[in-house]
Amino acid sequence: MIADLAHLLGYEFAQNALMAGVLVAVVAGLVSRFVVARNMSFAVHALAEVGFTGSAGFILIGLSPVLGLLFGSLLTAVFIGALGLRIRERDAVVGVVMAFGLGLGVLFITLYPRYASEAFNILFGAITAVSHGDLILMVAMAAVTIVGLGIMYRPLTFATVDPVVAEARGVPVRLISILFLLLLATAVAEAVQVVGVLLILTLLITPGATAERLTAHPGLATVASVGVALVSTLGGILLALVTAVPVSFYVTTIAFVCYLSARFGLPAIERSRGVTGS
Amino acid sequence: MRTNGHSRSAAPADPARPALPAEEPAMCFDRATLAYGDRVVWSELSMTVPQGEFLAVLGPNGSGKTSLLRALLGLAPLASGSLDVLGGPPRRGNPDIGYVPQHAGFDRDVPFRGRDLVALGIDGHRWGFGRLSRADRARVESALEDVAAGPYADAPIGRLSGGEQQRLRIAQALVGNPKLLLCDEPLASLDMRYQQEITELIGGWSRDKGGTVVFVTHDVNPVLGYADRVVFVVNGRWAAGSTDDVLTSETMSGLYDAPVEVLRVRGRIVVVGEGSGAGFDIDEPHHFPEPTGVHHL
Repeated sequence: MIADLAHLLGYEFAQNALMAGVLVAVVAGLVSRFVVARNMSFAVHALAEVGFTGSAGFILIGLSPVLGLLFGSLLTAVFIGALGLRIRERDAVVGVVMAFGLGLGVLFITLYPRYASEAFNILFGAITAVSHGDLILMVAMAAVTIVGLGIMYRPLTFATVDPVVAEARGVPVRLISILFLLLLATAVAEAVQVVGVLLILTLLITPGATAERLTAHPGLATVASVGVALVSTLGGILLALVTAVPVSFYVTTIAFVCYLSARFGLPAIERSRGVTGS
Repeated sequence: MRTNGHSRSAAPADPARPALPAEEPAMCFDRATLAYGDRVVWSELSMTVPQGEFLAVLGPNGSGKTSLLRALLGLAPLASGSLDVLGGPPRRGNPDIGYVPQHAGFDRDVPFRGRDLVALGIDGHRWGFGRLSRADRARVESALEDVAAGPYADAPIGRLSGGEQQRLRIAQALVGNPKLLLCDEPLASLDMRYQQEITELIGGWSRDKGGTVVFVTHDVNPVLGYADRVVFVVNGRWAAGSTDDVLTSETMSGLYDAPVEVLRVRGRIVVVGEGSGAGFDIDEPHHFPEPTGVHHL
C-alpha cells in the first residue's frame, strides 16, 4: 500500500491534488474560525449551493466550472450582503436567495443532458481531477482570501467578538460584514474543489468548531483550526489515492473524529477553561 | 494618587492627541435636537459639561439615553442645533472617547481571553494583522491590574461572570487612555455588589485621572455619590442640573406632565408616580411610573 502510494505520488494529478489540498486547508482553516464565531453555517451552505448553479450555468455556455462556482457564490454573497445585514433577517434572506439559486441550478442541469458526471464532481468533490490550470486559479483565490483576511483581521475580530463596542470605536461594522461575505464566497469556491458543495461544512465549520474546544487563545485557535483542516484534507487525499473510496468521505470522517476527540477526549483542557463562570 | 482633577499625565504625551485646554468644556450641547425620521428623540437640548465631571443620564427606557451617547460618538447626526465634544464636532472613532456597553454575555465558547478583549481597545479598530508592541502589552497589563482582572485575564471571556466581563470592558475602554468615558447602562443585570464595584471603578477613574464620564442608567441610586450633574430625558423633554435641582417633585412632574413625587429615603431616591399609567412613556408604558406606584429611579 505504501509502495502504491509512493508510485502514485509520482503522477502529476496526485501532486496537483496535494498542492490544491494544502491551499484549500489553509484558507478553510483561517476562514472557519470566523464562520463559527459569526454563526454563518447557513450562509456557507447557501454560497456553496448557488455556486453549484453558477458552475452549471458556466458549463452550459462553455466556460470553466471553477470560475462559474466563484461567480455563483460571489453573486450570492452580494445578495445576502445587500438584503440581510441584520442578524435577525439574515437567515431568512439566506434561505430566500439559496432557494431561488438552486431553482436555477435545476434548470441548467435539465438544459445540459451530459452534465451528470460533472454535477457529481461539484456536489461531492473531485480534487484528483484538478488540472494545472485549475491549480493556478486556486492559488489566486487562496492569495486573495489570505491577503484579504490579513488586511481586515483586527477590525473583523473586533466586530465579531464585540460588535457594539467595535461600532462605538469607529470600526465600519457594516462594511466589514460585506467584505467578509465576499471573502467567504471565495473560500467556499476554493473548498468546494475538495469536498464538494454538499460537504462544504466539513472544511468551513468543523476546523473552527474543533479549535474552539482546544484553546481560548485566539492565535492558537487559528493554528489549531488550520491544523485540523490540513490533517483532514491531506489525510483524505492520501487515503483516497490508495483506496476506491472518494476523498470527501475520508475528509469528513477525519474532521469528525478530530471534533469528537476535542469535544470528549480532552477533559483536561475543558477543565482548564472553566474558571469562575456565573 | 492624583488630586489635580482637570489635567492628565497618565500617558506619555501623544502629539496626535493634544491635551484639551482646561477651560474648554468636555461637551457642549446647544439647542441640539435628535430625530429618527419624524420621531423626535429629544429637542433643543442645551447643556455644558466641564472636563472631569461625572454626568448621569437618566430616564425611562426608550427615552433617548443611548441616542445621546450615539450622538457623542458621531454615530447619530443631529437634526438641528450643535454639539461639541472635546473641542470639536463628534467624529466616529475618536480615540479620546472610551465606551463601556451594557453587559451582554459573550458567546460561551468563543476562543478569546480577557487580555485579548482589552488589547482590542488599543488596536482593534486598525486595519491589518498586527502584534502589540512591548509597550502596548505593558499597557494591557496595567489596565488589567487597574480593574483587578489579573486573576482571570487568561480565561475564556464567555465563561466569566457578568461583573468580571464588565471589569474587562472598563479596562478595554480605559487602556486607550481616553479623556471621555461613555457608559451605556453598565450596571444592567449585575447584582448589587458588582454594581457598586463597577461604579467605583468608573467614578474613581474620573476622580483620579480627571476624566469626564457620561453614565447612562435607569437607576440613579448607585451613582448618587459620584454624579456631579444629571440630565433626565423623557418624551422628548429634558432637565439638566445638579441631582438636587433635577430630582425634585416639581421638576419631575413638569417633565412627565403629571403629578410625580420624589422621595428621599435613607440616602436613596425613590420616584413615585400617580399609578394611572396613562399618558406617560409611549415606548414602555410599564416602566415609569409603575402601576404599583413606586419606581426606583
